[in-house]
Amino acid sequence: MVFKGSIWRFGDNIDTDIIIPARYLAYTDPKILGQHCMEPISPDFKDKVKPGDIIVAGTNFGCGSSREHAPIAILALGIPVVIAKSFARIFYRNAFNKGLALIEADIYGIAEEGDKIEVDIFSGIITIKDKTVKAKPIPPFMVELIQAGGLMNYLKKKLEEER
Amino acid sequence: MTITEKILAGHAGKAFVESGEIIDARVDIVLANDITAPLSLEEFEKVGASDVFDKERVVFVLDHFTPNKDIISAENCKKIREFSKRYNIKHFYEGGNCGIEHALLPEQGIVVPGDVVIGADSHTCTYGALGAFATGMGSTDITYAMITGRIWFKVPESIKFLCYGKWQRWVTGKDLILHIIGMIGVDGALYSAMEFEGEAISGLSMDSRMTVANMAIEAGAKNGIFKPDEVAISYENERAKRPYKIFESDGDARYKEIFEVDVGKLGLKVACPSLPSNVKDVEALRGTEIDQAVIGSCTNGRLEDMEMAAGILKGKKVASWVRCIIIPATPEVYKISLRRGYLETFLDAGCIISPPTCGPCLGGHMGILAKGERAVATTNRNFIGRMGHPDSEVYLTGPAVAAASAIKGSIAHPEDVL
Repeated sequence: MVFKGSIWRFGDNIDTDIIIPARYLAYTDPKILGQHCMEPISPDFKDKVKPGDIIVAGTNFGCGSSREHAPIAILALGIPVVIAKSFARIFYRNAFNKGLALIEADIYGIAEEGDKIEVDIFSGIITIKDKTVKAKPIPPFMVELIQAGGLMNYLKKKLEEER
Repeated sequence: MTITEKILAGHAGKAFVESGEIIDARVDIVLANDITAPLSLEEFEKVGASDVFDKERVVFVLDHFTPNKDIISAENCKKIREFSKRYNIKHFYEGGNCGIEHALLPEQGIVVPGDVVIGADSHTCTYGALGAFATGMGSTDITYAMITGRIWFKVPESIKFLCYGKWQRWVTGKDLILHIIGMIGVDGALYSAMEFEGEAISGLSMDSRMTVANMAIEAGAKNGIFKPDEVAISYENERAKRPYKIFESDGDARYKEIFEVDVGKLGLKVACPSLPSNVKDVEALRGTEIDQAVIGSCTNGRLEDMEMAAGILKGKKVASWVRCIIIPATPEVYKISLRRGYLETFLDAGCIISPPTCGPCLGGHMGILAKGERAVATTNRNFIGRMGHPDSEVYLTGPAVAAASAIKGSIAHPEDVL
């Protein structure tokens, strides 16, 4: 699966309170959540980002709370992939469960905001301008989840098989 | 094997597991609250499940935006209440039965040693204080477990924190965990289990152990865990609602890293904005003016915290420009604080006493900060905008520094006000 888009750059330790502040957590509608994505540090991010754009970040992206509203808000803006040096673990599970692909790669230093990027999430091949980086491929179990269309579709299939 | 590996192996029906392995395990308790359950229940409907796996093992605690802060929060609580009635959920907590989930579940004996607990709340790791494997997950994982009673885990590597020495006056579990997070960083234990042991741990109360385990997530950990000792067993014997099982690490268990901490050298700690790892000694921050003090939360809203705060606030007055908000974490903590006279002490000092709620900790309600305002809080996160406006600040600390700072109107050591 290959995604192409422009880069939005965020630093280290982008926490879930930045991705979606808690005061919006009573909402479950992705459209509303997307409108507040990254609001504390970049209030106009939601207006400038285009569907298909890709986030590139430093270490520990998604640290903090277990709120699934965080990957939902990112996906609602049409962002299909986040590439970071490392991810917080609850965010990691939530993202794949919701269908947001995460790639672990250290490209923060070579990525510039607005650069065109191409990423093959299964092979881990990332191309930025003329540079090519090979990221750690997504673990087989997560590939299985993505191919099933997320955890609930995986479960749905399992439940139907049992019936 | 480590204690974490043993508990996971037992729940996966295996004699042995090792770190990195992906396992499918049985869960004992599945938890969600009023901000994470609504997404779970939407998924539950979508997948067309006919029932929960066990009516006594699915727990809902409506503690975040309650007492309902607005119409949408009220609607969310209503949905969870109706779901709980329809499926006859035994452990449904709201209103006068409700406390902050991670204080309530151990206190009511709903989680016990040896359990595997997953909760749609990152601070679910608190129950490691009891010798359970407990970790936070998102709403979708929780739905999966609510239906099947199982979930997948990657067995974590373990990091041991060997704690020795004699505790100084005022110093609690909060200072220990802030010190450790300051030392290893907010991703210092990423994907790992943090295991706490040593002679200094035996001298730590259950309330303090829960504070330590609670903030394991702030170092990126999957879980924090303690071997149940006599203190833990006597706590459980008064409370456990189910039979429990004691696990401990083998002598030859493998650790990714072992850190030694001399608690005798630990003073009172404060984590400065905007990361829990930005830790300094209270002395370095003396005089930093504050607008609000919050004493409560799943981290520090237990009886020991109320006792410590009351001991400092007794006969004193909160500075006139400071709001000091006290949040007993559960109805039981509230009631004992009332009986022991702590609540009167707080009222006489000019504090505000809140019903049990997560409220201000996550910037939900009941104590939001304006632009440029600063709070000291016994809570767990000081991220940008955590308690309100993106240009407000949170300094994390224990109850002694929070109470002393409320009196001074600026960050203070308890000795400064006694």
